[in-house]
Amino acid sequence: MELNKDQEGMSSENNKPQDPNPRFAWEGCSVLLDVNDGDRLVFARLSGGAILKIGNKNYSLKPLIGAPFGSLFQVESGEEGSFLSRVLPVKQENNSNNITEDSRDNRELVDNNEAQNLTGEEIEAMRREGAKGYEIIEALIANSKTFDKKFQLSQEKYKLKKQKKYAPKLLLRRPFARSICEAYFKKYPARIGFIRVDALSLLLTMANVTAYSDVLVVDMVGGLITGAVAERLGGTGYVCNTYKGNSPYPVEMVRMFNFSDKVIERIVQSSINELSSTKTASSEQNNQQEGVCKAEIDINAMQEPSTCDMVVEETPVKAEAIVEDIVVPESKIIKAPKAGAKASKEAIEMWQENGFSSLIMAAQDQDPWSLAKDVLPLLSYSAPFAIYHQYLQPLATCMHNLQQGKMAINLQITEPWLREYQVLPSRSHPHMQMSPFGGYVLSGIRISTT
Amino acid sequence: MLPTESKKALSFKRCIEDGDLVIVYERHDVMKPVRVSKDGVLQNRFGVYKHSDWIGKPLGTKVFSNKGKFVYLLAPTPELWTLVLSHRTQILYIADISFVVMYLELVPGCVVLESGTGSGSLSTSLARAVAPTGHVYSFDFHEQRADSAREDFEKTGISSLVTVEVRDIQGEGFPEKLSGLADAVFLDLPQPWLAVPSAAKMLKQDGVVCSFSPCIEQVQRTCEVLRSEFIEIRTFEVLLRTYEVKEVKVDDGQRQDEDIGDVRPCKRKHRSNEDNTVSHDNSSVAPAATTSVVMARPCSEARGHTGYLTFARLQCLS
Repeated sequence: MELNKDQEGMSSENNKPQDPNPRFAWEGCSVLLDVNDGDRLVFARLSGGAILKIGNKNYSLKPLIGAPFGSLFQVESGEEGSFLSRVLPVKQENNSNNITEDSRDNRELVDNNEAQNLTGEEIEAMRREGAKGYEIIEALIANSKTFDKKFQLSQEKYKLKKQKKYAPKLLLRRPFARSICEAYFKKYPARIGFIRVDALSLLLTMANVTAYSDVLVVDMVGGLITGAVAERLGGTGYVCNTYKGNSPYPVEMVRMFNFSDKVIERIVQSSINELSSTKTASSEQNNQQEGVCKAEIDINAMQEPSTCDMVVEETPVKAEAIVEDIVVPESKIIKAPKAGAKASKEAIEMWQENGFSSLIMAAQDQDPWSLAKDVLPLLSYSAPFAIYHQYLQPLATCMHNLQQGKMAINLQITEPWLREYQVLPSRSHPHMQMSPFGGYVLSGIRISTT
Repeated sequence: MLPTESKKALSFKRCIEDGDLVIVYERHDVMKPVRVSKDGVLQNRFGVYKHSDWIGKPLGTKVFSNKGKFVYLLAPTPELWTLVLSHRTQILYIADISFVVMYLELVPGCVVLESGTGSGSLSTSLARAVAPTGHVYSFDFHEQRADSAREDFEKTGISSLVTVEVRDIQGEGFPEKLSGLADAVFLDLPQPWLAVPSAAKMLKQDGVVCSFSPCIEQVQRTCEVLRSEFIEIRTFEVLLRTYEVKEVKVDDGQRQDEDIGDVRPCKRKHRSNEDNTVSHDNSSVAPAATTSVVMARPCSEARGHTGYLTFARLQCLS
């Protein structure tokens, strides 16, 4: 496979073999592109033909191949049109920018759209002549009637706004569970069941996910949980995705993580039925409901997506994004290896014998109790579990039933709360916008009922 | 506590052996770490428990005292350990710990530096994230504290993953030998800004630093220093709200003669004084129908602040 060859090529050159933490982007790898400091987040797979549209121009992503993660790119225009070019930021000396007392305020600003003397055509002409982004911004400031009257802070804001439009920056990022979760939470929260990054981190912690553990998951959030667990396993242990009925839940998000084949092999699936079927009569299990639920599940379980439709996942953050969002995948598409093979017979037997070491459930629009009562008996005694839900009531009922059935101890429902701060000299305060809700987590430890 | 090789995988070993560390669980807020020894005994308000009765039993089962009262024996996890460890300093709790591990982008094989070690609550979770091939280098200027932490890591079986050294990171910075090797650095210091330049030196390009400070003034000064070499500087506060769940009997206000059969099982489950009230109020006629409803509400006490978490990423300069 081409991808592996590339990956090995890179690792022998720049990384130690099987580096769990590759530091350079290679052809075929999945990357996160951060345009203008988080204004827009785009997932892309790097290939020679991949293109990103910023503003009204298309840029080839080829210059990103081989660059270290964390590299900064700027748009430049040359004779052959616009292209992305890597910039090495100059190490800034610490100018402890104390705010000088500024008596100016906005009393003289009038919003009559006459502040700027430069016309759109003139700016476009400058660009055609190959003017650098900062030169355009300087020209805009020089031709602004109001800039000098602005308060110092709003001058900075003005410059930033113009930079975003005329000199966009692009940061090359390696996708991690953290950034994938954040990007989805901003753009498609419903697809991941509104799991905010702090809730995801709690799930991983509460389920004690670590190397060599066998983690059972019920992932109905597109593979976010599966991927995040696999990331923590680093090619050891197993993450087994279980499901009711006949069709496993899709885990297509796993492809964004850049997992090596070693890690991918550890992502398997097996139905609840298979995992509990040959268990002896002594084990507490419950299969009767299978037939009833099947019809319902079949509708929910989508077809495994075709391999080419997910090459690019993009996430603009602001509705008024100056930058247009489309990455055009070109002919040459390099596929990431596929996760979610069927668990081997040996593995299933091992789990039936020993039990799983922990469980994470994120079953959207399902009753957690009706799943938990079938899935929890698959765990070892003393195994921790974490159940996510975006609604409180079904978790409360689940917790109550677990308590009544003496199936678990140390039960707790928690709701994480996350607030981001702006920290600037004399201007620190919480962000004006925050996410009010990131989901609920029921956690506990399975115990022996005897 | 953490498996460092496949043979020690968590699901493989579930029977208690002589010498194991177990968490004795009495109640959600009464737990104790105990080292099992065949002659040992545990004594609590419920009586005396002989360790010899525990050996050979699977973890997660009940064990009984001479008075017939029981406790559960659990496998230690970093979360349980955080609840039972002796607090030598203010410690980090689960919400902050989880968020830090996630935001530092720790995966197996990573090298992470930490200062100070404190009670070792975070160190244990860092070790879990980087196991089996990564490593945690933890520094504390307090010699006795470093010793106690080392003993603890020995006790919990993670000493191969964590190295504790005595060093004043604010004053001396991190040791030169770790320069450029760290995937992540965590600072929990009174003056973290003093350690930022050294943290930058230790980090690989694109590596992440996190500073935990209770006060906004500390955050302010740290951010000022971070701006020269770091990008994506973000400050968060993360808290947890916990819920209590209760089954409450609700009088639906209707007199139901026919439905009484359906209602009775619920009533039996929690036959309490409420039942008397009900029958008293409706003494002459059929009792009012009651149903049980499971309700949840936030617990009345919660931590209002732990600290600010500031994250930043080392700029890529080459």
